[in-house]
Amino acid sequence: MNYQFLQKAFITSVMVGIICGVIGCFIVLRGLALMGDAISHAVLPGVAISYILGINYFYGAVVSGVLTAFGIGMISQNSRVKSDSSIGIVFSAAFALGIILITTAKSATDLTQILFGNILSVRTTDMWMTIIIGAIVLLVIVLFYKELLVSSFDETMAAAYGLKIRLIHYSLMFLLTLVTVASLQTVGVILVVSMLITPASTAYLLTNRLSIMIMLAAFFGAISAVIGLYFSFLKDWPSGPVIALATTGFFVLAFLFSPKQGILFRKFRSRRKAAA
Amino acid sequence: MSDGITVSNLAVSYYGNNVLNDINFNFDTGKLIGIIGPNGAGKSTLIKAMLGLIPREKGEILVEGMPLNNIRKKIAYVPQRSNIDWDFPIIVKDTVLLGTYPKLGLFKRPGKEQKEFAMHCLEKVGMKDFAKNQIGELSGGQQQRVFLARALAQKAEYFFLDEPFVGIDVTSEKIIIDILKDLRDKGKTIFVVHHDLSKVKKYFDSLLLINKELISAGSVDNVFQPQHMERAYNMPFGTTGLGVGV
Repeated sequence: MNYQFLQKAFITSVMVGIICGVIGCFIVLRGLALMGDAISHAVLPGVAISYILGINYFYGAVVSGVLTAFGIGMISQNSRVKSDSSIGIVFSAAFALGIILITTAKSATDLTQILFGNILSVRTTDMWMTIIIGAIVLLVIVLFYKELLVSSFDETMAAAYGLKIRLIHYSLMFLLTLVTVASLQTVGVILVVSMLITPASTAYLLTNRLSIMIMLAAFFGAISAVIGLYFSFLKDWPSGPVIALATTGFFVLAFLFSPKQGILFRKFRSRRKAAA
Repeated sequence: MSDGITVSNLAVSYYGNNVLNDINFNFDTGKLIGIIGPNGAGKSTLIKAMLGLIPREKGEILVEGMPLNNIRKKIAYVPQRSNIDWDFPIIVKDTVLLGTYPKLGLFKRPGKEQKEFAMHCLEKVGMKDFAKNQIGELSGGQQQRVFLARALAQKAEYFFLDEPFVGIDVTSEKIIIDILKDLRDKGKTIFVVHHDLSKVKKYFDSLLLINKELISAGSVDNVFQPQHMERAYNMPFGTTGLGVGV
């Protein structure tokens, strides 16, 4: 039996795990988890329209994601609607539109795969797209690490010394859109957010340094993706949900057992202090 | 005047409400300027507007004769402690290292020289032993000292501190004010939003007294007078009242 599809699935899912973990760190630290959820859902109409037009889903998805990020920004900056509401408004509209378009253009099975992922059906072109997107994202993070760090930690200092804060924000949203598109087949639209938020949050509980947090998040992302792949192959389950549960499993372990932040050790330490 | 900082006609509005109006002043370099006024007077707003961190209705800020935007690399801003995310995964020495970023420019990483200089600044504020602590593990005064060390690492000419003495211990306060005075003696220009009226004469050589508009600006002796203080605070200030913090 030809196992090439497994090899492609493995490379793609590991890459997706890594880049979601890396970008996820900035999403988590900048308080953009809801935005991350929104962008990932909002690529759906773009995917649908690409399919209808017969072009690669990458282009439609990116346009859709970028338009959503701008739409959200525009509403909250030009009205008194708060940013979490404007996120909810724009993304649910985009997502709803996407569902309708896909349902009319494709079958129900295809919709399920787009929503929940099907890593085993990854083609060579998709794998290469993921690798290239991954390389771009990682390169940008490495080149602009200082600017990302200072603007995430202390936006005011960054603005004071001349960094373009809005440009950094929209560039991050653009990278997020790319990462979402790269993750579509591995995790599916609905649960990309778990790959973005959970490994990064797990890492957040385990270290006090951003550089280490990024590496840990990439690691947990990759491992969760491989676990998802394994169960997908073994049990014929959609990969997205399994990956989401795997990321959560690691998070629970960190939540309980992290040496500094885990609740078990914190309770233990405060009992010792009380007894002393 | 091509020396010092000149602010002309500064006005700031927030959703149609005037929070600052008609602010005009000029200070030479080498001054330690306290910005004082009642709560809600617009003290923090003033420095944020000067630095372009919030939009202004109108007004011009000139530093050394040029628009402030041209010399951003010479400015260090120390924010209010309440505005920092203390859970951020960053340790003390890396926080100070951030101060070296403006002069490094894009694409360059901080190297040995920057790291050593950052440690040197950390030592100046007496926080070298805490280099590897996550910033949330420190007391208020220790945190403030770390952020001052970051400002020192910027090798700036102009410093803006927003309520640096709120809720910090006596030792930290002394360390900080000594460093600020030392910077001033070396010709730097320092603006400090001060949260109350204690030690005004002890700390500052110049004052900006505001309450939505400029009440008085100039040397501490000229500004810290009953007639100005009463206008600013809308309440009587006997000369004994001004004994506070002398």
